[in-house]
Amino acid sequence: MQQYEPDLPNSVQLAAMRRAFKNRRPVVGRRSLLRAGGAGALGVGGLGVLSGCGIPPAARSEGGGASEDHSDQEKRVNFSNWTEYMDVDDKDKNRRPTLEAFTRRTGIKVKYAEDVNDNNEFFGKIKPQLAAGQDTGRDLICVTDWLAARLIRFGWAQKLDPANLPNAYANLAPQFRDVEWDPGRAYTYPWAGISVVVAYNIKATGGREVTSLSQLLDDPKLKGKVGILSEMRDSMGMVMLDMGKDPSKFTTDDFDAAAARLQKAVDKRQIRRFTGNDYTADLTKGDLAACLAWAGDVVQLQADNPDVRFHIPDSGYITGTDVLLVPNKARHKENAERLIDHYYQPKVAAELAAWINYVCPVAGVKEELAKISEEAANDPLIVPDKEMAEKSNSFRALTPKEETAYEAKFAQLTGA
Amino acid sequence: MTTLTEAPPAAPAPQTPAKAPRRRGRLTPYWLLLPGILWLLVFFALPMLYQASTSVQTGSLEAGYKVTWHFATYWDALAEYWPQFLTSILYAGLATLFCLLLGYPLAYLIAFRAGRWRNLVLILVIAPFFTSFLIRTLAWKTILADGGPVVGVLNSLHVLDVTSWLGMTEGDRILATPLAVVCGLTYNFLPFMILPLYTSLERIDPRLHEAAGDLYARPATTFRRITFPLSMPGVVSGTLLTFIPASGDYVNAQLLGSTSEKMVGNVIQSQFLTVLDYPTAAALSFILMAAILLMVTFYIRKSGTEDLV
Repeated sequence: MQQYEPDLPNSVQLAAMRRAFKNRRPVVGRRSLLRAGGAGALGVGGLGVLSGCGIPPAARSEGGGASEDHSDQEKRVNFSNWTEYMDVDDKDKNRRPTLEAFTRRTGIKVKYAEDVNDNNEFFGKIKPQLAAGQDTGRDLICVTDWLAARLIRFGWAQKLDPANLPNAYANLAPQFRDVEWDPGRAYTYPWAGISVVVAYNIKATGGREVTSLSQLLDDPKLKGKVGILSEMRDSMGMVMLDMGKDPSKFTTDDFDAAAARLQKAVDKRQIRRFTGNDYTADLTKGDLAACLAWAGDVVQLQADNPDVRFHIPDSGYITGTDVLLVPNKARHKENAERLIDHYYQPKVAAELAAWINYVCPVAGVKEELAKISEEAANDPLIVPDKEMAEKSNSFRALTPKEETAYEAKFAQLTGA
Repeated sequence: MTTLTEAPPAAPAPQTPAKAPRRRGRLTPYWLLLPGILWLLVFFALPMLYQASTSVQTGSLEAGYKVTWHFATYWDALAEYWPQFLTSILYAGLATLFCLLLGYPLAYLIAFRAGRWRNLVLILVIAPFFTSFLIRTLAWKTILADGGPVVGVLNSLHVLDVTSWLGMTEGDRILATPLAVVCGLTYNFLPFMILPLYTSLERIDPRLHEAAGDLYARPATTFRRITFPLSMPGVVSGTLLTFIPASGDYVNAQLLGSTSEKMVGNVIQSQFLTVLDYPTAAALSFILMAAILLMVTFYIRKSGTEDLV
């Protein structure tokens, strides 16, 4: 890079450079400067500085979590959510009807940011502030259950006040009530449920239906055209279900067996890629013939491309949830709680569900949804019927040690 | 330019009696250096130090990380992920080679033959930079799609049989194979090759070509003896500007490759973000840095400096 000089050197400089290289000594004392700088840095900081660093424990700091609540003085709430996870007005894309209804009803202004794009990335983003006991600038965040469990474990989430959540308490669907990582929903309320299904492009499979994980991993007709999700819990959970194990209470041996099964499929080149949300493009184009997919996406994909089909395996499916929680030191906790409660009114929930197409966690939404769209109300992917609800499974909470070990094993499967 | 006619630029200033201005003059270079030094300190030296420290720490997110001088992390990381290191170096090397093969003729054309189109062509070279790196890489997924025209043509010409035999593609597809990743890398880093090549080619006095012709050199000889040696600075900086970022890249392998095309950048990313094993990730970064430094030093020693002017 040192040789790259955009400006033409004049003849004097050229001559000087030539002299320099002939004598093997640079005209500009760059090296001596570097040497001096390096020596200085070593002298001043050196190894002492190296050992001075270190990352403080993330363990719960008692009493440090709750913050002074400014909800009464400041009628505001800062809400961080995933992209395309909120209803927008058909005519004006900048207007969000359900949020506007909240502001009209309560006088609380919502600063809505679509800045959650990936759980791991988002965790990296808010970790420094939370670890240092500082305000993240966010009053309400929407993250996937396992990340919420981690935040609760670290003591980085605030306990919600049930007094502000009457609708949420009454209307939470039974399927979502009991989670071991947040007993009694003390810290979190679901925003939407995300079911994992098997999706396929009937044109790319040559008219074959794909109905099970076994077929995804073994059918030679699908070789090199199978996608698996890069979310460890979703993919491993589905494989375990296919092997007859219960993802809500599996052992490390079960996990290893499932990993070995996936590894076999990777080794024989059955699996093309481990994908995030980007599988949607590959599936519509037919580069992926079949893959694990998130049900809400499939509902939207089918609208664009009728070749995309999905199937719910007989062995069952994994439902994860994206949940709302209030991070430590948030300035407007009560406002955030009122916003959560707002979305637990069946009418508001129906408006949201009709737009985002994911499983709605609010009981009694079906009637309201039917008023907006009969089709959506009867879609078991949005409002699960009894049979669907019975097939739903959740991935159990992991201890910190397990989490690291399993993620490492899964990362190895994906090649990194 | 054979003799030095002008006076050297840094001629010592004549002695001046006034003391104060001279001292200020002496300090001026340091003041001018200050912003750069500060920038390097904050955005380069401190993060490096921090990562160096992380790489020798042990612990967990729960209990915190402490510096324990656990150098075994380096060895473990290398033992476990050496295949990804090799992949990185191989793909980056291939991409650099292809960039050179594609970029040299283009740079030559822009420098000597483009005439009044020169600026337009230069802008066309840089234009892709106006869109995001991700979008440009994603575009290759469409270009190389399994049912797409490119794959169709290459298939019917049996080119893919050859690349399959070389292990660069698999069956009748390009996406999710090494070739796709190398294509993506080549495309994304091509301008970094063309621009330095262009600047060093453009600097060559065309009269040298005429002189070579006068001395009965054939065009090929002129290129071999005059043009190419004089463009060496461009070749060296171009290859470095291509190879170094390409070997650390993870986007192309992520989007265009499959599980077996993962490069070391992907490992670092997943260790940092998903597995949350910060020491291993930091150690991998340092190993990569050391490997690149080593190769680059060797390369410059071997081919660079002698032909610099």
